Amino acid sequence: MNPDLDAPKGIVGPDGMPAPKRFSVYRNNIIVSLKEAMNDGFPAVASLVGAAFFAAMSDIYIRQNPPKSPILALYGLDFPKFIAEFEPAASLPYLTDVARLEFALRLAYHCADSTPVEAQAFTNANVLSATLSFAPTVSAIRSDYPITQIRAAALGGPQPTGGAEDVLITRPDLDPIATAFPSGTAAIIDALQAGLPFGEAIEAGPEGLDLPAFIGALISGGAITKLEYDNV
Amino acid sequence: MTLGVNSLPNGVGVGYKPQHFSDILNAPAPVTWLEIHAENYMGAGGRPLAQLRALSDQFPISVHGVGLSIGSEGRLDPDHLERLKHLNDWLKPASFSEHLAWSTHDMGFYNDLLPLPYTETTLKTVCDHIDEVQDKLGRKMLLENPSSYLAFSESSMDEIAFLREVTTRTGCGLLLDVNNVFVSATNLQMDARAYIDAFPLDKVGEIHLGGHDEDEDDHGAPLLIDSHGREVADPVWALYAHTIAKGGIKPTLIEWDTDVPDWSVLVEEAKRAAAYISPVLV
Repeated sequence: MNPDLDAPKGIVGPDGMPAPKRFSVYRNNIIVSLKEAMNDGFPAVASLVGAAFFAAMSDIYIRQNPPKSPILALYGLDFPKFIAEFEPAASLPYLTDVARLEFALRLAYHCADSTPVEAQAFTNANVLSATLSFAPTVSAIRSDYPITQIRAAALGGPQPTGGAEDVLITRPDLDPIATAFPSGTAAIIDALQAGLPFGEAIEAGPEGLDLPAFIGALISGGAITKLEYDNV
Repeated sequence: MTLGVNSLPNGVGVGYKPQHFSDILNAPAPVTWLEIHAENYMGAGGRPLAQLRALSDQFPISVHGVGLSIGSEGRLDPDHLERLKHLNDWLKPASFSEHLAWSTHDMGFYNDLLPLPYTETTLKTVCDHIDEVQDKLGRKMLLENPSSYLAFSESSMDEIAFLREVTTRTGCGLLLDVNNVFVSATNLQMDARAYIDAFPLDKVGEIHLGGHDEDEDDHGAPLLIDSHGREVADPVWALYAHTIAKGGIKPTLIEWDTDVPDWSVLVEEAKRAAAYISPVLV
């Protein structure tokens, strides 16, 4: 991967003469395929910085982070962290979080399938005392920026408005979605995942949260796979 | 039970790309089977596996691995072998194939198929690896001839002698990539038809056809690159005709992996291959 290293010894062309430059075909093929994986994986980041900047940035990332596995579906895991430390991108402070959002959506896309509970389960009179189990597709991202809107704008949507948000990632059936809620909402997910009953967990949320909308997003997103009631 | 080398139909297949999912279900002709890259279907679930399952209900599937690194000096990655077994058990594909190449190294994974020298030592390593794969998967596999941009001065036998010995020792079959033969023959200034004539065609369970890019090395010598990003070149079609005239009709795949075109373009390529296979019907 390192273009500064010499090609291995013993490589010859058809005339039997050393041909180190022919080895560069392999190096170039490697870089091209990984750049394609980065473009496929981070289309909004690429759009926000422009093709030339993205090509240069991902080129450096690829050389510093060669894949550890032949499975490229999840290549780019460390790209958000890389962007955060990438000086030339410092003028776009939201870029790291947009990359986190894109990776979280990709991760959810490849997650194991699971069967969500029926919406009816939430009509149980004791639902606030239940503990919830999440589908593996569920995650949350906290950001100081309106990253769902920034991402949408980068992919051709309207210009973003608003500020900080917490993003809920779910996967109703096969296509992941990102839903924005007020900052602090992710604390509910954390509390639920820590095993707190539903009623206590929602207390952890911010004031002004549209609770029915949040619960509706969990239900329609197929986020909950089990409701359990303590028989005490 | 050990499955045979493969049960692909003697027709034309294409490399499956997700953007063609609906087109394939709606209008597959003349395509009769599909090939996937194993490494793209090693996720835990979601749309990729759901679509693959739907396709496998309609078409024989060939699983083509690109990441096992059969030609590496070290041992095979047990985790990767386990993932392959999981996919093989879940999908029960009509064929499984891999490359005579290496891609793993202590430093990480090289996402390309790198060449190896042909010596008694590498022959033993490759055969041990193939035995391990076949034991693990409970089936015979096909091994693909590589495209070459360079040669190794330490090689003590030619590629065909190497491949022939691998099939004898392991019982595996071969996947003959006719484009790779043309690319390698041009790059290493050898005779492509002579390569085909010497190849153990009776061991071939599948043929690959794909496009290549034309370049030149720094001395101005022609250098073809196996890019899979365009139509199959005319001299490669001619070499394909020569191959099936000599070795008989084989399941034949159109490979197009980069700058993937609309389904209709792939269908035209598949029709061209079908015309060689069953000229009366097309």
